Amino acid sequence: MSRKILEMQNINKSFPGVRALSNAQLDLHRGEVLALIGENGAGKSTLMKILTGIYQKDDGSIIYDGKEISPVHTKDAQEIGINIIHQELNLMPDLTVAENIFIGREPRDKLNFFLKNKALNQQADKLFQKLNINLNPRTKISELTVAKQQMVEIAKALSFNAKILIMDEPTAALTDKEINTLFDIIHWLKNEGVAIIYISHRMEELKRISDRITVMRDGEYIATLPTETTEIRQVVSLMVGREVKIEQKISDPDAFTDTVLEAHNLHNNYIKNVSFHLKKGEILGFAGLVGAGRTEVARAIFGADPFSGEIKVNGVPVTIKQPVDAVQHGIGYLSEDRKRFGLMLEMTVKENIVISSLANYSTAAFVKPTNMKTDAENYSNKLKVKTPSVNQPVKLLSGGNQQKIVIAKWLLKDSDILIFDEPTRGIDVGAKQEIYDLLEMLANEGKSIIMISSELTEVLRLSDRIMVMNEGRITGELLNRDANQEKIMELATRHN
Amino acid sequence: MSTLTSNPTASDQKKRLVSSGALQQILAFASLIILVIFFSIASKNFLQWSNIEGILLSTTVIGILALGTTFVIITGGIDLSIGTGMTLTSVMTGVFIVFLGLPVILGIIGGIVTGALIGFISGFSVSILRIPPFIATLAMMMIAEGLSLVISGASPIYFSDVGGFNNIALGSIFPGSIPNAVLIFFLMVLIGWILLSKTIIGRYTFSIGSNEEATRLSGINVKKWKMIIYTIAGCFTGVAGVIMASRLNSAQPALGMGYELEAIAAVVIGGTSLSGGKGSLIGTMIGALIMSVLTNGLRIMSIPQEWQTVVIGFVILLAVYFDMLRKKDR
Repeated sequence: MSRKILEMQNINKSFPGVRALSNAQLDLHRGEVLALIGENGAGKSTLMKILTGIYQKDDGSIIYDGKEISPVHTKDAQEIGINIIHQELNLMPDLTVAENIFIGREPRDKLNFFLKNKALNQQADKLFQKLNINLNPRTKISELTVAKQQMVEIAKALSFNAKILIMDEPTAALTDKEINTLFDIIHWLKNEGVAIIYISHRMEELKRISDRITVMRDGEYIATLPTETTEIRQVVSLMVGREVKIEQKISDPDAFTDTVLEAHNLHNNYIKNVSFHLKKGEILGFAGLVGAGRTEVARAIFGADPFSGEIKVNGVPVTIKQPVDAVQHGIGYLSEDRKRFGLMLEMTVKENIVISSLANYSTAAFVKPTNMKTDAENYSNKLKVKTPSVNQPVKLLSGGNQQKIVIAKWLLKDSDILIFDEPTRGIDVGAKQEIYDLLEMLANEGKSIIMISSELTEVLRLSDRIMVMNEGRITGELLNRDANQEKIMELATRHN
Repeated sequence: MSTLTSNPTASDQKKRLVSSGALQQILAFASLIILVIFFSIASKNFLQWSNIEGILLSTTVIGILALGTTFVIITGGIDLSIGTGMTLTSVMTGVFIVFLGLPVILGIIGGIVTGALIGFISGFSVSILRIPPFIATLAMMMIAEGLSLVISGASPIYFSDVGGFNNIALGSIFPGSIPNAVLIFFLMVLIGWILLSKTIIGRYTFSIGSNEEATRLSGINVKKWKMIIYTIAGCFTGVAGVIMASRLNSAQPALGMGYELEAIAAVVIGGTSLSGGKGSLIGTMIGALIMSVLTNGLRIMSIPQEWQTVVIGFVILLAVYFDMLRKKDR
């Protein structure tokens, strides 16, 4: 038995108008964790979709376990032991755990028509025992946390006797504690001889979990490096094709004088007595673990959730009961889930930018298109949105450019206080830099910014001051010159 | 925050019960009971056997249509063609038996096959041609309406010369007890229930409605199963058409438009979610009963028919509102 379980060579794949992969390659050893990284659009997902039969390669070869394969359906790949866990979990929320795991191969009677539900649940129980997982096969998926849903996906993959398991951004929606559990499972899988391809944007994780790192860029294979002897900086520069420095901002706390926003004792089901202030031209970072209550603070200030407590804008107490009140007081909120809450994907760049300011362009409910286009173009240019025209539907833009459209919307509305919730989530490394520059530009122009981020490097790099939260409370406040990753993590896990 | 190893708390379990979809059914059933009690107090005639028989009989056609379309709605689709589709199956039954002189049993089978064919074409349009269900079945609705008129020459086909045809629906295999149509309705509930909860067809119906892409990626031929599901719904349409023809002892080519909406209303009142993934046939049965109890009760109380419709409209609003509340609870 050779050490290599998989060898993909000279894989080419084109879509109409786009060359997605050119001579891509990848090799994988038994029982290892191979990190596969690259910016969005580097071709990682396409390569994995070819391996799992979702797409078919144009040419090239896939040698799996010594044999050439070319799966044309996910089922083909599953049956020979290649499984993928997509970032967007592919489960049926209204079906039970066992029904999900054995979908398409549920135990049936001789007619192949009637289901044997008892046998189904027993099979699931047996599987969980083997994997040492604590799950009830009869629970509906919609009642499970994301972490448990992921375990269902893993169990499903292993029920096919997986030899290769591909995990696409498995930690994106997990808390730190859940990540640890996931990593325990990955270690166990490794010991069982399962080879894992691990796709992630989180560099620290790769260091922790992977054995080797394969870097892709623009649809091409760049390099494979042993994790142990590789610096993160090295990997990132291979990814983006240029040097990237990780830095920390040092600002003068006395440079900010006017207080634009004050929150006193904000309180509701999710947040407990949260008080803080924000000064003009300042970037105030909110750090903490997923679920610490940072988004909930933003939602309260923006009027999206009811709360008790007092909010002052420019020293004047204001009543914010719903988002429209907040907008009137010059507060803009950029949701972490821009596709759901921030954008009308089918509508154009122009329409999205002006949507909150339509009143400025209309008389008696008729919209006047003339100024609208110029304004949209101005902001689109200012923020360097990459789009052929402002008449382009937003759904055709990349994540980074979509985020810029949301920013443009609030700038046009003349919002002075901007709340950014995870501004770079799902955006690739190069575009992140642009968003960072943009935030600093806005702050320099006198906008005041609250930035919620789960990436510590991002918080350290952008914030003038940092509020740290845990379990709905503020557990600490740090000036950027006093802050470092360890201090923030210590506060983020402190129980008050 | 719940973790991987935490045990469900009591409140979790309570939530589970509420969100399990059982609530909507219990609610629908409770509403049915309350309505029955209310109308029995309001009118002495309501609880008389002849009236109850009337209610059940008036539930059959809409009820059977609703059962079939429940499958389609659980997949996240909609079928607007069941009303006029039913008409076309009635007319075809008439063509087979009256015009072609085929034996009654072949006429019935022909009617049901016609229904299945209508369903199959809808399913084909939806899954292979990828036309959105609303549009595909809207087109089918008009095609079926037009064909009914063309084939029948726009006049009713009478079964008066066919001995016993009327008895299919109105006769009784157990003399003196409930009419066959009602028995057939309950039989269809049973068949539908078995299909939906005990067979792979049912499992894939829920699976597709819950997350179609995930179902496809699980290696399931979603296109094939969708066609099968629409075809099954078509069979139910066919059965409804035969019963309709038998009850009226004639195939009425101008009848049927609007039945699809009443059937969809019954499905919704019964707790099946229009966004797919959730629903039950028992719920649909209760939903259909609620609609006919309401209509009947209001009529007994001498409330004009125009107002009956208004009341049913509000009931639908209420039912969907409760469904929304349930989802919010999550």
